[in-house]
Formats: sequence, C-alpha cells, structure tokens
Amino acid sequence: MAVSAPAVARHDPVDRRRFGQHLWPTLVITIALLLALPVAVVVGFVFVPAGEVWQHLVETVLPDYVSNSLLLMLGVALGTLIGGVGTAWLTSMCRFPGRALFEWALLLPMAMPAYIIAYTYTGMLDFAGPVQTLIRDLTGWGWGDYWFPQIRSLPGAALMLSLVLYPYVYLLARAAFLSQSLCVLDVSRTLGNGPWRTFFTVALPLARPAIVAGLSLALMETLADYGTVQYFGVPTFTTGIFRTWFGLGNPAAAAQLSALLLAFVFALILLERWSRGQARYHSTSQRQQSIRRLHLRGGQAAAAFGFCALPLTLGFLLPAGQLAAWSLTVADQRLDAEFATLALNSLALAAGAAVLALALALLLGYGHRLRPTKPVQAAVRVAGLGYAVPGTVIAVGVMIPFAWLDNSVDAWMRATFGISTGLLLSGTLVAVIFAYLVRFLAVSLQTVESGLGKIRPSMDEAGRAMGLRPRQVLGRIHMPMLQGSLLTALLLVFVDVLKELPATLILRPFNFNTLAVRAYELASDERLADSAPAALTIVAAGLIPVIILSRSITRSRASL
Amino acid sequence: MIPFRHHSLLAGLPLLGLVLALGTPSALAETEEVNLYSARKEALIKPLLERFTEETGIEVNLVTGKADALLQRLKNEGRNSPADVLLTVDAGNLHRAKAAGLTRAFESETVAEAVPETYRDPEGHWTGLSLRARPILYVKGEVDPSELSTYEALADPKWKGRICIRSSSNVYNQSLVASLIAADGTETTEEWAEGIVANMARPPKGGDRDQIKAAAAGQCDIAIANTYYLAGMLKSDDPGEKEPAEKVAIFWPNQPGSGDGRGTHVNVSGAAVTAASENPDAAVELIEFLVSPESQAWYAEVNGEYPVREGVEISPVLAEWGEFKADDLDLVKLGELNAAAVKLMDRAGWK
Repeated sequence: MAVSAPAVARHDPVDRRRFGQHLWPTLVITIALLLALPVAVVVGFVFVPAGEVWQHLVETVLPDYVSNSLLLMLGVALGTLIGGVGTAWLTSMCRFPGRALFEWALLLPMAMPAYIIAYTYTGMLDFAGPVQTLIRDLTGWGWGDYWFPQIRSLPGAALMLSLVLYPYVYLLARAAFLSQSLCVLDVSRTLGNGPWRTFFTVALPLARPAIVAGLSLALMETLADYGTVQYFGVPTFTTGIFRTWFGLGNPAAAAQLSALLLAFVFALILLERWSRGQARYHSTSQRQQSIRRLHLRGGQAAAAFGFCALPLTLGFLLPAGQLAAWSLTVADQRLDAEFATLALNSLALAAGAAVLALALALLLGYGHRLRPTKPVQAAVRVAGLGYAVPGTVIAVGVMIPFAWLDNSVDAWMRATFGISTGLLLSGTLVAVIFAYLVRFLAVSLQTVESGLGKIRPSMDEAGRAMGLRPRQVLGRIHMPMLQGSLLTALLLVFVDVLKELPATLILRPFNFNTLAVRAYELASDERLADSAPAALTIVAAGLIPVIILSRSITRSRASL
Repeated sequence: MIPFRHHSLLAGLPLLGLVLALGTPSALAETEEVNLYSARKEALIKPLLERFTEETGIEVNLVTGKADALLQRLKNEGRNSPADVLLTVDAGNLHRAKAAGLTRAFESETVAEAVPETYRDPEGHWTGLSLRARPILYVKGEVDPSELSTYEALADPKWKGRICIRSSSNVYNQSLVASLIAADGTETTEEWAEGIVANMARPPKGGDRDQIKAAAAGQCDIAIANTYYLAGMLKSDDPGEKEPAEKVAIFWPNQPGSGDGRGTHVNVSGAAVTAASENPDAAVELIEFLVSPESQAWYAEVNGEYPVREGVEISPVLAEWGEFKADDLDLVKLGELNAAAVKLMDRAGWK
C-alpha cells in the first residue's frame, strides 16, 4: 500500500482558503485574457470600416470560401475519424502481426508538415510527375486520353490533411480505449455482444469525448491551414484572408474575414462541449487488468494489418521515402554545419513551448475544474481560440500589442530619463514563444481537459475523505491517472511547434532560422529537392519524441 | 491501490526555450552592423551579403519573410525598429512601404549612375536591384511563334484549353494584370481576363514551374511564367526539371510592331532605407554594393534574373533568350492598381 496519509486532515486557516478561492479564478482569467489578446486585437478590426470590399467579396469569392472550407472540414472529419478511430481500436483491442509496431508507428505522420506532404505528392502524382509520365510512356496516351485523379483538388487537399492529422484522433481515441474499464467491455461481451457490437455500442460512445476532442483539433488545424490549400489552388477562408490583406491591401477586411473564421471555430468548440456534456462518462472501475486482446487470424489479421499499414504508408513511408530520395541528390550541398544549429533551434523552441503550454493548460484546466464559474469557463474557452487562426494572423496580433508596449516604455523612458530602451520584446524569442502559446494552447488544453474529465469528482472527494490534502489528491490520484494525457499534450505541442512556420517566420529575431523556415523557403521557391533535407530533418527530429512519448503512454496504461 | 509515481520525464524536459528566450538578439556590437528585412529568401541573398561583409567589414543581420508581413512588422515597430534596409521582390510593396512613411529618401551617386531612372523611385526612396520578366512560354513544335503577339491576344478563342497560368492569388499575376489595366483600361482588361479563364487548360494551381511542366507534358501549349524559374529548371541536375524546361521556348510579347508595342511586363526586386534606420550610411553602402557590377552579374548568374544595371554580362542562358523591350510603365502603378487587378480577376472567375 503506497498511500500513507495522515489520519486527520489539517484545516487551512479561513483567510488562506479565501485567498485560494480568489487566486484560482484571477490567475485563470488573467492568463486567458493575455493569451486571447492577439485574437482580440485581430477581432478588434471588426470595428474598423473596410469600405466596399465586403460587397465585392460577397458577390464574387465569399461563397467559394465558405463552401470549400466546409467541404474540406467534412472530408478531413471523415478521413481522420475512419483512419484514427479504426487504427486506435485495432491496435488497442486486437492482436495481429505488426500490432506492437503500428502502435507507435501510426503516430509518425504527425511529424510531417501538411504543406510538405502536399508538395511531395504533387511531385509524384501530378500530370508531369513520374507516375503519370510512366503511364503515358507505357501506353502512348497523351493528355486527355486517360483518367487520373487530380491530386491538386479539394478532395486531394482533404486527403493530404487527413493523412497528417488522423494521428490526433488516433492518439486521443487510443488513450480513451486503453483507459476504458475492461469490466464494461467484458460485461458487454458476456451479454452476448460480439466485438463489433461492443465497439459500436459500448466502446465508441464511451470514447466519444476523447474522439471529438481529437477531431476538433484536426478540424481547427484544417481551418488554419494555408500552405496546402494555397498550393492546391483551393480557395478557402485562409487563402481569402491573405488575398484580401495582401492582394486587396485591406487589413481591416482581412481581419473581419478572420473573425468570421472564428465563428466556425466557436461552432466547433460548442459541438465539442455539447458532445462532452451529452456524455459525461467517467471510469467506474479501477480494475483495469491488462487487456485481453481479441486474437485476429487469417483474413481478419491481414485486413487489420492492411488497415493500419495504409495510413502509415501513405502518410509517412511514401512521402518520407520521396524526401529521402530527393535529399540524396542534394545532400552534399545542403547538409552543412548550419544544419545542426537549425535542428537545435527547432528542438529547443519546440521543447520550451511544449512545457510552457502544458503548465498553462494544467493551470487553466484545474482552475476550470475547481472553480467552474461562468467567467472562468468563458476564459478557458477564449484562451484556446488561437488554434484555428492562421499563424500569420496570430503573428500580427502578437506584434501589435508587443510593439505598442515596447514603444510606450521607450517613449516614457525617453521622456523621464532621456534613455531609449528600444524594442524589449518585439523581435525576440519571447514574442515567438508567446505566439506559439497563443496558437497551440488549445492542443494541450483539450488533451488535459479530456484527461481530467475521466477522473470522477467522487475520487477527489474520496481522497479528501481519506484525509488527503488537495496537493496529495493531485499527486497520488490525479497525476498517475493523468500521465498519459500530459505526455500526449507535450507531444502534440512539441510536434506542432516543430512544424510551425508563419509566426516563426515573421516574429523571429535576426539571423535565427528553424528547420521549418529553411524547408519552406526552398519549397515555396519551387525547389522541392533542395528543401527535402530540412523537411526530412523535421520529420526525423519529430520521430524521437514521438517514439519516446508513445511508449510512455503505453506504459502509463500498464502501470495503473 | 495507487502507487505514487514520480514524473521524471515531465520534470526532466529542459526549459531550453525559456533560457533561449531571455537572450536578446541585438546586443550592442562593436563592429558596424546593418539590419536587413528581406522578402528575398535567404538562399538567394545570403551569399551576396557574406561577400559584402568580407569587403566592408560591416556585419549584416538578416530576417526573411513575406514582404507584407515584414512591412507590418516595420510599421508596428515604428521609430524603434532595428531594421535599416527593406528588400522586396516587387515594386508594389516598395511603393506601399513608402506610402506608409516607412522609408526615407537617400542620395547616392553610385546608385543614380548604375540604375536607370525607370527603375528608381522619383523621390529617391527606393531603387530596383534586378528585373523579373514575365513573358509567354510556348511548347516548341506545338506552337509557331508567329501565332503569338501580345498578352492581349491570348484571350482569343483559338487558345481555348491551351493556356496554363497560376492562381490570381499570386502577386506576379496581380502585377501583370495591373500592367494590363494601366495599358488598356479596366473594362477591356476584364474582358481579357474572362477570355483567359475560358482558355485555361485547367483550373489554376501550383507555381510557375508547375505551369512549365504541365506545358511540357502536353496539358497545354502556352504557359505564363517568370523567366528565372525557367532558368532555374534549365540549370537543374534533376532531369524532372531540366527536360520539361528544354521543351519550351520564350516568346517576348508586346514588342514594337505587335499591339501597342509597350514591351514585356517586368517587375523589379528592390531595396529601400527605412525611416527608422540608425545607420543609414551603412544601409546605403549595402544598397550600393547590391547594384555593383559584380553583384548584378551574380543575380543574373545565380538567380537567373535580369540586372537593372546596363552593360553587365548576363549568363549564357539569359543571353540565349535574346534582348527584349521591357514595359516602361511607371512601376509605382503596379502597386497602385494591385487591388483593382485582384477584384477584376475575382469578377472574371480567375481562381
């Protein structure tokens, strides 16, 4: 018995408790407001008149933006649900050859930036690419003589995004399946339900909050995507924002489009809340003996293998292979000493941002759990809004208040002491990391909250009744149960930051490069082969944490 | 039973980012420095900057990014901006920077001598550094160059299903259409854009290289692309790049004798000294270096762009394409008409 709590709980003095009562909400609301500032700055443009541009937009391109964004979300929802939930179920509940490998390998596509996979597949599958050229050479056909799916199209974009985003759903769904009380599943089986029926009627509804959390992350990422849709020529909200801002030179209208985009995000968040509210399931049993996995044989095993192998191959092996092939052709000129610096910059930023985001998510998550008042609830929701906003828009939202603060301090110092302090925060990594937190807090927050949701409040009460102080409840009950979620949160933000491009590009200090910046600069210059080593290094750098954390998540299940 | 487990992994992850974040980048340096915001990508400017440092001892600090984003940064940083020089790859953004009061006039005889007046700001706020031409490319054997004449003529129904051109979100297309508006007026240009949309072989997608590859593969007969992409493909070791490039040839549209003969559409990459610069002398020195004959030759050789300076030897690839008359439209117009061009393409259904 590891628990050795004092028999009598110590009572906190009244004033201290009151302090605690106010401290949580104040802290949560302050942090949330701070993180919501960039989005608020952008939304603030709603009140700036944008002139007649809106009429033009509504008459010409806006319907396209809306319908394409919706269709893209629908496609990605289907793709990530089928891929993510299916593979999660198979690897957590069934036994078939390769299962142990798939368990972590299925996460690999996460390390692949969406725009890189889009460039790579285009290089392979486009009309002028090697595959179609081979078909033409073999058959003697020309343009228009045969049908070949257009990779650069809306379905193509949905496929590309699904391939790199399904791991979000996989990760959260798998964690949910693994933590499901086997008693429930056993009961279902003993009641005569077959494995399929058990899956659809018991496991799936139980895992729904986690699945929806993963799905909403994937969809927000879809809404914020710029690189893929821009390259594929699919006009969506994000491409529209850039076009309106840069092409039409109208930042106010662009910000208003961003605000409209946020309406989509609100809808997503409400959907997620609603789904969670509909089903407030908590594990009812701590008895989670090791899973007796369903043993698949023959055709079933082959089908399961194929089902898991497909997303792994398409989302990782094939594009990584192509990148490796390209890298070989340019390795001598691109792999210099500078590369180590790039990788180190990327890793350090990603690790730092991931840890900070986790800390903030815990703070907000607990604040929400302990004091679920309306203002706190609203603050926590608002803090996660940045995830669906394109990075460049966030960057501008960060830039404006930071520069204002810097310049105000400078002006005051000049007026008072005759010293110029210059720019203190703008153009430093503080601004970059802040932007990452704004953009990716939703990821860690969703994950932490979905983890917290699985801990029944009655467990807290039982712990307190047994004489545990709040901190002990945290350390002895919550932490062990949360470990998987915390690691997941770290991993997701880490990989996201590793791939992040637009905010890094615009906010970074002088002479500071990351792998994503390098890969993008070359790829956007249509030098695919030259960009391959940097892209491949992002993938490789993402691999190690993906593997370590994936193993830890598995172990955390086993350790319970 | 709940054993207490310690979170070595969580606690062990280094707060490297935080440590990094506290380091300020712009330390007060003893060596002279010039800070550059560049819309030209690092790989396409760094070697020149390194040579500049070697020659003058002035260190160059570089941030690259999209021109619009850099402008936004410059604007927000205000008078405390560390940037001394702004480098863009189109005239429109230089014009925008000037209009927003982010640049200052600078005087340099070297620049005045090197760069023709057409490619400089009349008030001396910026100068062009290289020329980027956007001609018509055709597939050898499929199109007889005698069939081609002007951009305007591409709207003729005889080109139905034969033209590849990228999205209207692309600034090169926006500038091209702006130049057409300047020459022909909005109405005529809108009809033209509708004609182009009707003649497209496929919905616009991909970059300039993609248009060239699609033409070479037989999807269309005409592609519109900037010349340096073609030059880059021709120089590539990758047969997937080189072979398609060899199947197409350049036609210089709107030359004297065809249409109004105003010349082929060009844009410039250029540089300006920022209003906030604390080191304008070094800034001007850098700009002067960028228009020196050696730097200009480097643009032509490595980037496949045309030098703004006359009499600079151009690379064999560019020389082979022959001389052409460039549209001498005031480049400021491209910036001014950009929004009109975007709206026009929206109305014409140019995706």
